[in-house]
Amino acid sequence: MLDPGYVVGVLVIIFAITFALRAVPFAVLEPLRESRFVLTMAIWMPVGVLAVLAASTFRSTAGDDPGHLWKAGVAVAVTTIVHLTGGRRTLLSVGLGTATYVVLVNLL
Amino acid sequence: MMGVEKDVEEPPADRRQEVRTGIALSLAPGLGMFPLGIAFGLLVVQAGMPWWLAPALSTAGFAGSLELLLIGLMASGTPLATIALTTLLVNFRHVFYAFSFPLRVVRNPLAKFYSMYALIDEAYAVTAANPRGWTAWRLIALQVTLQAYWVVGGLVGVGLASLLPGPVEGLEFALCALFVTLTLDAARSSAQVPSLLLAGLSFAIAVVVAPDAALFLSLALFVAMLALRFAVAVHRGRFGDA
Repeated sequence: MLDPGYVVGVLVIIFAITFALRAVPFAVLEPLRESRFVLTMAIWMPVGVLAVLAASTFRSTAGDDPGHLWKAGVAVAVTTIVHLTGGRRTLLSVGLGTATYVVLVNLL
Repeated sequence: MMGVEKDVEEPPADRRQEVRTGIALSLAPGLGMFPLGIAFGLLVVQAGMPWWLAPALSTAGFAGSLELLLIGLMASGTPLATIALTTLLVNFRHVFYAFSFPLRVVRNPLAKFYSMYALIDEAYAVTAANPRGWTAWRLIALQVTLQAYWVVGGLVGVGLASLLPGPVEGLEFALCALFVTLTLDAARSSAQVPSLLLAGLSFAIAVVVAPDAALFLSLALFVAMLALRFAVAVHRGRFGDA
């Protein structure tokens, strides 16, 4: 059984560290809000961060098993094609892409 | 993705409409977060932990990938110092989100506190793909709804644990599909190509150099490369407005 003190310790630690990592940068950047550097980073960063998150979740979904790589690749292609040709309806693209992957992984 | 986009901060428009828009924007990430939350709840019970640990972790440290890691760490009684270090490393990427997350639209101190506390990857991603038109009500509605998907998903998973042998394999792909579509939405002009290439290069280097910390390292490399790119642009006296 879990020791209650241990559980409370874990909860306090993850709250404090996670909150600090999310909140402190706002305080640091606040005085720099008008700086050219911060404004430029705000424009340049999002697309790259999103691409990194896409690559990272691709890897954690399919990276462990070489047999799953091509299935995830096909699902990414389906997601992309549906998104670009279906009027950028995110729910539709994510739904069809995920359905493709679930079917490929479970039936093949 | 939707709605009328404006550059200026909105006057106190229709709050209900703003909340509705926030909830609508949460649906696509929810498609990934809800099933993943269920998987998280199942894992908590399968690891022999009490059911309430799922909502407790999702409230204290609202961060999906960390919570999934913590189940195994707690089950094996990992020392608190190790848990602190793991939390620091796994969640460190969030420090970069302050550059463009629209926290400035939130005035109420409590709402501001919540918005920073609930700044997860998915919330950042939605604002990154839809940079304009944010209001406090829209942003908080988005974040509260995202947390609800995650916490309720965890509770459903805990409840299902006794009924199901395991979660449906492959549903976790929804998060990857979500980030793919958001990247496509953010990359509509050719001005975004340099950032995309630098991000790809960062990720490739990170996977080779530090496969276990690839997410953090690739974000750190990416930010460093952008800083270099900025320095070069300034040096050349050419200032990219893209």
